[in-house]
Amino acid sequence: MADVLKKVPVREQEPKVRATNFEEVCLGYNQEEAMEEASRCINCKNAKCVSGCPVAIDIPGFIKEVKEGNIEEAYKVIGKASALPAICGRVCPQESQCEGKCIRGIKGEPVSIGKLERFVADYALEHDIKPVGAESTNGHKVAVIGSGPSGLTCAGDLAKMGYEVTVFEALHELGGVLVYGIPEFRLPKQKVVAKEIEKVKELGVKFETNVVIGKSTTIDQLIEEEGFEAVFIGSGAGLPMFMGIPGENANGVFSANEYLTRSNLMKAFDESYDTPIVGGKKVAVVGGGNVAMDAARTALRLGAEVHIVYRRSEAELPARVEEVHHAKEEGVIFDLLTNPKEIFVDDKGNVKGMKVIKMELGEPDASGRRRPVEVPGSEYEIEVDTVIMSLGTSPNPLISSTTKGLETNRWKCIVADEEFGKTSKEGVYAGGDAVTGAATVILAMGAGKAGAHGIDEYLKNK
Amino acid sequence: MYKILKAEKLADKIILMDVLAPRVAKHCQPGQFVIVKMDDKGERIPLTICDYDREAGTITIVFQEVGASTTKMADLKEGDAFRDFVGPLGCASEFVNEDMEELKKKKMLFVAGGVGAAPVYPQVKWLHEHGIDADVILGAKTKDMVILEKELEAVAGNLYVTTDDGSYCRFGMGSTGIEDLVTKEGKQYDVCVAIGPMIMMKFVCMLTKKLELPTIVSMNPIMVDGTGMCGACRLQVGDEIKFACVDGPEFDGHLVDFDQAMKRSQMYKTEEGRAMLKLTEGDTHHGGCGNCGGDN
Repeated sequence: MADVLKKVPVREQEPKVRATNFEEVCLGYNQEEAMEEASRCINCKNAKCVSGCPVAIDIPGFIKEVKEGNIEEAYKVIGKASALPAICGRVCPQESQCEGKCIRGIKGEPVSIGKLERFVADYALEHDIKPVGAESTNGHKVAVIGSGPSGLTCAGDLAKMGYEVTVFEALHELGGVLVYGIPEFRLPKQKVVAKEIEKVKELGVKFETNVVIGKSTTIDQLIEEEGFEAVFIGSGAGLPMFMGIPGENANGVFSANEYLTRSNLMKAFDESYDTPIVGGKKVAVVGGGNVAMDAARTALRLGAEVHIVYRRSEAELPARVEEVHHAKEEGVIFDLLTNPKEIFVDDKGNVKGMKVIKMELGEPDASGRRRPVEVPGSEYEIEVDTVIMSLGTSPNPLISSTTKGLETNRWKCIVADEEFGKTSKEGVYAGGDAVTGAATVILAMGAGKAGAHGIDEYLKNK
Repeated sequence: MYKILKAEKLADKIILMDVLAPRVAKHCQPGQFVIVKMDDKGERIPLTICDYDREAGTITIVFQEVGASTTKMADLKEGDAFRDFVGPLGCASEFVNEDMEELKKKKMLFVAGGVGAAPVYPQVKWLHEHGIDADVILGAKTKDMVILEKELEAVAGNLYVTTDDGSYCRFGMGSTGIEDLVTKEGKQYDVCVAIGPMIMMKFVCMLTKKLELPTIVSMNPIMVDGTGMCGACRLQVGDEIKFACVDGPEFDGHLVDFDQAMKRSQMYKTEEGRAMLKLTEGDTHHGGCGNCGGDN
């Protein structure tokens, strides 16, 4: 009998092997392992894990089914709350959500809820278990803008209620950040994302790609000319931020968005695709979030020596613990308490190095984290040929600037209430990064659920 | 899929196509652009809109074969289709939203270099349809490379064609044309719009700065998504960093850092060169370029 205080270990690709390929790192549980891990759940009456889940999955409920080997039943339990479990099982920050609240975690390791969810969802994908849709449509048309996590969730929930939903996507592929942002080795595109989207299609949701709302058409036109009675905006985050230091426009300086979009959406890592990417020999990734880890591990797989340059210490890294752990295992070097000052450029306009300065932690700032301050005179140079800026994004103005009566806040994010995603414009709801600024997949899904609920209430009472 | 209704060679390596894209055709304005993707594995390529027919739902694009992707694209024929065609992207030309009375008082000069004639055409046409006749300098390397001459003639006030080698009409580049008109012939202009290769726009701007003639340029930097997400198209414009895809593509030419923009446009030169070699050499390409180490 295994140690009940510890998680059943999950199989992974060896770090040395996976650092050279784009195959998925984590291999997941098999049924035997899943059932053993499920048996660690003590099925709390007042389960704290559920309150830690932004979409409130009945966690003890599905784990109970896994324990008994009823995987299809387990999938149905999850399906009541989440449309994208194979994705969430892979990319949710479980340690700060469900697993962070697990009673098992007090004395030992929490139940591996994320890996169990993933197992159940993958089982459903493999065995082609269909989600349960509405019996008939109610004739009301709803438009969803963006096919990322919030849009897919909102569309799926509305379709289950009987609405006729059309999702408009600006890019040529469906999935939003799930396809352009998160790398293949963390979230396989064909095996997982495309199949989960297929399930949303099976619910009756229609999709139209290559439509940029605000340009190809507007929200007002969708309502006035195309007969949509309500709209959900899940258009995601926006324009990448840069530091504003000298040399930042040099060749070889990329936003993490660009780097990841080239590799993930355009598949530049695969020679048979036409889009190029600069692999780099020595790469500095500036930032410490999940996106920074994704960019670093992508550059590593393209053959570079990779440094994460982050101005705070390891404890403040905003990335998921698993991502930091994986990045280290694979050989990413962490230059912590370090901040760029200038990028050096050669006469052809290419990056040839970067001046950085040492930092130390001072008093806590507004975010509650200790503010990093420069250590005077501690500048030094590092030799790099590629710099990837992963500093977050600012909202894209395409929708807010073309929709009459849609209020934004001082950060230019769309204003929407948390409970229903209601905006200042009648019939228009919003959620995800377009409202909150860059956050996580699961929070966006939670907002998509809230929006679906809000739209349902609105149209029922109209 | 977006069907190609017409494909026509305008000059050596310059192709015109009419593509069925009703959503784009319904909303596009002069100054905007589209992004096309040929097939599953293709790049996203930004192209200027040369004309549009709102009724028929078609967009006319004009492009030059410059790299592997555009060379492949040139092989598409009538009846073929693009996998993806998205737009209109970017902002409309400033004059589209200007007060009509104010606009009518202005004397505008357009300078089109090479395929730059394509994005200039819908602007001049729009002005013509609104009762404003703008002068146009249409420049090309040589006689055979002059495109859209007849079309521009029909909508421009005065059309001045000039060739770098003097093989047709006037002799010299676009900037020479401006100098001739303004300094020698004493023409007065309030605004100049210059669209063409970056080097041509740079020289036009150096001249118009001297002439104190406000100049708008249309930038076509490397792009990926074209919707403001990736930042690949960033440019230094005065003190600010601007994204050509959402802030542009048109900017005050006197503020654009052309040298930096030109360097940035060279970023993938080697990668592009390799892709081109692979395309032309096909199965026989086994790393003969000495750069890529072959496909293994």
